[in-house]
Amino acid sequence: MIEEQPIVKVGMAEMGTGRSHGLIRTTGLGSCVGLTLFDSETKLAGMVHVMLPSSEIAKEGSLNIAKYADTAVPALYKELLNMGASAKRLVAKMAGGSQMFDFAGSGDTMRIGPRNVESCKVCLNELGIPLIAEDTGGSYGRTIELDCQTGILFIRSVQMGIKEL
Amino acid sequence: MDNIFKGFAEFKMDVLKEVGNIGAGNAATALSRLLDKPIDMAVPKVQMLPFGEIAENVGGAENLVLAVFFRVEGEAPGNLFFILTPDAAKKLLHRLAAIEISEGDTFSEMEWSAISEIGNILAGSYLSSLADFTKLSMSPTVPAVAMDMAGAILSYGLLQFGQMGNDALLIDTTFIEGKHEVEGQFFLIPDPESFDKIFSALGVPFDND
Repeated sequence: MIEEQPIVKVGMAEMGTGRSHGLIRTTGLGSCVGLTLFDSETKLAGMVHVMLPSSEIAKEGSLNIAKYADTAVPALYKELLNMGASAKRLVAKMAGGSQMFDFAGSGDTMRIGPRNVESCKVCLNELGIPLIAEDTGGSYGRTIELDCQTGILFIRSVQMGIKEL
Repeated sequence: MDNIFKGFAEFKMDVLKEVGNIGAGNAATALSRLLDKPIDMAVPKVQMLPFGEIAENVGGAENLVLAVFFRVEGEAPGNLFFILTPDAAKKLLHRLAAIEISEGDTFSEMEWSAISEIGNILAGSYLSSLADFTKLSMSPTVPAVAMDMAGAILSYGLLQFGQMGNDALLIDTTFIEGKHEVEGQFFLIPDPESFDKIFSALGVPFDND
């Protein structure tokens, strides 16, 4: 009997985790980055939908850690370790960080996609997590799904169709 | 304070509705002149929404939309989107532009350029009427056009709100050409700090609610 796969939906500036079966999905990534961590042994999987590169610019009272790359990546890492993942086995994949609109003389706000990607890489580096695949940049939106069984990341876009990482 | 707008009194929302009404009303008039057809406008919706729900107003995060995006500069900065379905955009081009229109969901260089110019005219009338009404300076940047997933496009309008919290305030106005052939939406997302300026310019008293 085919079991219906549970889907964990991760919204903008949210985090989600799963174990051994089902999918973790986030839709409509533009300048945001969808970053996933996966431990192939324990089949622990997690995803964050990062919106901004750094929490230093935050003006909010209670910080939403899933929103900023510099807080979201360590938070997802800790969460998966708490669930029983091994720091040595965790590998990262990410997608998104595109530049949807092309402005002449783009300011920093418009370059937010590439900055999100850079910031995520710095955080992964600091935590010693290898980035094994990425599909970032460009000027199109992406929907991504992480298969918690295999760690395969499916990326769907309007122009490019479906891609597997 | 998680949400700076929780305390917005009902009448403040009404003031923002009026802002949408005046802006989109003028844009609709401009479009009506361009098309030489009457254009109807829905009552503006002013909503404070979690980021994830904003794209629901244009058919969901994965829905394919065409958007002309303007950054609004001046005393009350913000983000302005003019959103159409690809189909409505083609119909608009058919009516307005004296160029060969291609079939299907792809757009030529020429068509992009015409769409962004139409967007420019409409956004210009939206913002200039708002500027007249509030006596605040507001001018659009050069238009940028994209056709993609609604969620990916609209997230660009949420970056300023992103630093403040997890919701954004959206002034949404839909207009419809008589036989529903061309339907479009204006989304104005003022920057969080613009609200005080808009309210005080319109004589809405300050309060700390």
